[in-house]
Amino acid sequence: MSLLWIPLLTIASIFVPVMTSRHGRKACVTATLIAPLLALGLVLLHAPAVLGGDVVSLRIPWMPLLGLDLALRIDGLTLLFSLLILGIGSLILLYAGFYLSAEEDDGRFLAYMMLFMTAMLGIAMADNLILLWLFWELTSISSFLLIGFWGHRSDARRGARMALTVTGAGGLALLAGILLIGQAVGSFAMGDVLAAGDLIRASEHYPLIVALVLLGAFTKSAQFPFHFWLPHAMAAPTPVSAFLHSATMVKAGVLLMARLNPALGDTALWAVSLSLVGLATMLYAAWFALLERDLKGILAFSTVSHLGLITLLLGLGSPLAIVAAIFHILNHATFKAALFMMVGIIDHETGTRDIDRLGALWSMMPLTGTMTILAGSAMAGFPPFNGFLSKELLFEQSLINNLLGALSIVIPLLVVVAAMLSVAYSLRLIWSLFFAEPKLTREQKALPPMKVHDPSRGMLAPGLFLAAMSLLVGLFPMTLAAPLLHAASLAVQGETTPVVSLALWHGLNLPLLMSVAAVAGGVLVLRQQRRLASIAALFPERNAGLIFEALVQRLIKVTLWLTLRLENGSLQRYQALLILSALAMAAIGLTQLESLTGERGQQPLDGMLFLGAGLMVFGAIGSALSHRWRLVSLLMLSVTGLSVSLTFVRFSAPDLALTQLSVEVASMILMILALFFLPQRPPLLVSGRRILRDLILATSLGLVVAMLNYALLTRETLTIADYFLRESVPGGGGTNVVNVILVDFRGFDTLGEITVLTLAGLATFKLLNRLRLFMPSGNIEGIRWSRHRHPLILSVVAQILLPLALLVSVYIFLRGHNQPGGGFIAGLITATALILQYMARGHDWTRERLPISYPIVAVSGLAVALATGLGSWLFGYPFLTSAFGHFHLPVVGEFELATAMLFDVGVYLAVVGAVLMILINLGRVTTVNRPTLEER
Amino acid sequence: MEALFALVVGVLTASGIYLLLRGRTFPVIVGLALLGYAVNLFLFSTGGLNTHAAAVIGESITPTDPLPQALVLTAIVIGFSMTAFVVILAIRARSDLGSDHVDGQQGEDGDAPR
Repeated sequence: MSLLWIPLLTIASIFVPVMTSRHGRKACVTATLIAPLLALGLVLLHAPAVLGGDVVSLRIPWMPLLGLDLALRIDGLTLLFSLLILGIGSLILLYAGFYLSAEEDDGRFLAYMMLFMTAMLGIAMADNLILLWLFWELTSISSFLLIGFWGHRSDARRGARMALTVTGAGGLALLAGILLIGQAVGSFAMGDVLAAGDLIRASEHYPLIVALVLLGAFTKSAQFPFHFWLPHAMAAPTPVSAFLHSATMVKAGVLLMARLNPALGDTALWAVSLSLVGLATMLYAAWFALLERDLKGILAFSTVSHLGLITLLLGLGSPLAIVAAIFHILNHATFKAALFMMVGIIDHETGTRDIDRLGALWSMMPLTGTMTILAGSAMAGFPPFNGFLSKELLFEQSLINNLLGALSIVIPLLVVVAAMLSVAYSLRLIWSLFFAEPKLTREQKALPPMKVHDPSRGMLAPGLFLAAMSLLVGLFPMTLAAPLLHAASLAVQGETTPVVSLALWHGLNLPLLMSVAAVAGGVLVLRQQRRLASIAALFPERNAGLIFEALVQRLIKVTLWLTLRLENGSLQRYQALLILSALAMAAIGLTQLESLTGERGQQPLDGMLFLGAGLMVFGAIGSALSHRWRLVSLLMLSVTGLSVSLTFVRFSAPDLALTQLSVEVASMILMILALFFLPQRPPLLVSGRRILRDLILATSLGLVVAMLNYALLTRETLTIADYFLRESVPGGGGTNVVNVILVDFRGFDTLGEITVLTLAGLATFKLLNRLRLFMPSGNIEGIRWSRHRHPLILSVVAQILLPLALLVSVYIFLRGHNQPGGGFIAGLITATALILQYMARGHDWTRERLPISYPIVAVSGLAVALATGLGSWLFGYPFLTSAFGHFHLPVVGEFELATAMLFDVGVYLAVVGAVLMILINLGRVTTVNRPTLEER
Repeated sequence: MEALFALVVGVLTASGIYLLLRGRTFPVIVGLALLGYAVNLFLFSTGGLNTHAAAVIGESITPTDPLPQALVLTAIVIGFSMTAFVVILAIRARSDLGSDHVDGQQGEDGDAPR
């Protein structure tokens, strides 16, 4: 369980800086540091077991149906990365406390850093691919916040956006790859996936999986040609670059490749793509690092180059190459973080990052200089630093590669060239900053010389510590690094892991000669740096940022154009488009059928059917044709509605017939009320072309729907009816199967439906609030409304009918479980009966005698239904499980009670409440604002 | 019989769609109701057109498929609540915009607010 505490601690510490920042910088940084240090301690608790080759893991089911578990693991690779993330992370937090100027919002900055730290730790610890992906995306988002921390600067905003777009898009590709892996393996658990390498490699999607996963890894680790975002991300505050762009985030890509190596690796496709991309990145970026003038730019390109080196090593794929890759991840993080901190210090002290304006700083900043010499030598790969060891391993492994057949010898040659460039830019950094005179222009020379000094100890210590580490690891690799490397390599390659023996002196061999050549060549290149730069200046400058920005702008233009074409604000246009696409899809469906009439054929016709069909056709076409005479149109609609109800009677659906009938009554009242508020005779302002278009659309869709329906009706269909018919009595305790489905089998659906009904009712409340009304005082011919508001006969009849109607609705409700009826129908009958009272006597009269709040009725109905559902939890059953039993009462006799009945009460109340809420509300508006007598 | 039923559903759909494409709110509401009938009948018919076969245990020897009926029953009630919502929306739109055009064009038809 202690595994869970590690991410929980970092999550908790996201909130610490925000809460403590008002107590001053020192308190804020100290408080923030507690959680990562504790987490580091927890990780180290597991270190002995993990170094012994164990894997500590924890699995809590989260969404089992999706294959997503909260699964964490600590193996060798995780241990190594946790040390980087939490260890270097803590050092950088300390450094950031000194780096940020006093007025900057340190709370927000440190909170973002902790968010990022959590996400990165999640990637390292995830034992489930989907979980890993979630954390992966979280690093993209938190790095966006960090790069754009100085949001007032446009380069920060642009750099942040670019980083998010590139890594986010890569993340989506990765998700697709992960889903394909899950499909091939049948599980997303890391252990299952890593063990199923053969299955994945044999899968037909293997090339696609590799392409998608590598797209994710390459974008994250800034591999060519996706490297361009990293130099632009240098707009971030330097602690961010030191953390994200040296030690952690950019390492996520190589971490993923190392992690998935057992599952995806060991094929020519994997090896060749990794090594060629890695090699190209390594060379390309090293060249630009040599030419760059911005200090952070130099480090950014050198990071890209070193990531290429790691990718190349992973591609070479031999057991020792993989060990070397892991080793270089560790080494690069150590020296590069120190170098970034150095740049931050120089920027902080001198106010510039231009390498040409800086120089001869050694006498003024000896400690910073020492740090740079140590870390820079490690970057160049000089003995006895850690960079030398991993570079020697690279030389050695590149010599024994056999990736490109006879062409394989190219790889070690190009590696030496890249190493040469690496030596050159590392030396340039040390030499130009601390020993050479600055190359100033005449105006700059006129300025007073810089007076700078080493910063405070707190700012220096983290960098010095890391720089010293790169020397110590180089001197004592077997003590300091080998056990960790062995454990990490065990996690990546299992039994094939080689015996790791690291030493500075391996005797006089080819790799050593390559090193000597690289150093000599590097010095030579550096001497010619000016000349090389002037040659490079001959090429047209290509700013990746501008190209990217132009692409984004063009994309925005295209989408804007498309949006304006589709979304012109006209409902009629939208509907026409929707109907057109529905038409196309339905028509395509029809072309798949061999013949329209299916094997079942038709049943005979009779006169009643003709009559009913004729009525419906007459009503439908009539209401369409007479739509400008609105009352007529409404009457025609009701003819169709009642005929639909009769159709249900004819075809064995008594429940539907009853529902349709009562809904028909309620909706007719509603629409007549609506008619009162809407213009009675709209003007004819429609072109003939528009009418023709609509006619064509309507008839073609009608035709296609009719054909579909006919094709469906004449075919045998598969049905699950047998289940419901069989289980209705034993499982649901009722003989009316339709009602049992509604309140029992599919009770959850019904609960959703009455919720919608209630919501619609409540929404009308809001919509009718503060309404300005159009109230005609007479009809369209100028005849005034009748003065007899409440006709006597209607009032009397309504009063007599009310108890009878309520009795009927109770009867319908009670028999609902076994005979046609139930909550829906009973509710509608009750509502209709009550509406009749309002119509006969007016709102105020009825209100006095029936002081009921309908919203409360509706909501309590919902509550009853929900409580019935929840009640089954009390007895340990799933939501909405029903129970029923038979009871005996002396006079009544044997009868049956079911919890489904209680649920139906909820349905009944919700229907009554919602229908009355809608109608009474609208009706009340008319009574309140009736024109007064004087107006008439 | 099946052809006749399908024809009716088709006519109901066509009339509903035609009304749905009108520019004023009231025909759109009526069209929505008509389309609702068509859809309900279509869904209902997926259970087959059987006479004297109500899905009540013990009433008929070969009861019809109860599932489409249960679906359509709730669809009818939901359809009513949606119609009600659209009706009230139409009234509100007329009161706020002064026109009953579906695109909310201001009083072009001369029945602007008093």
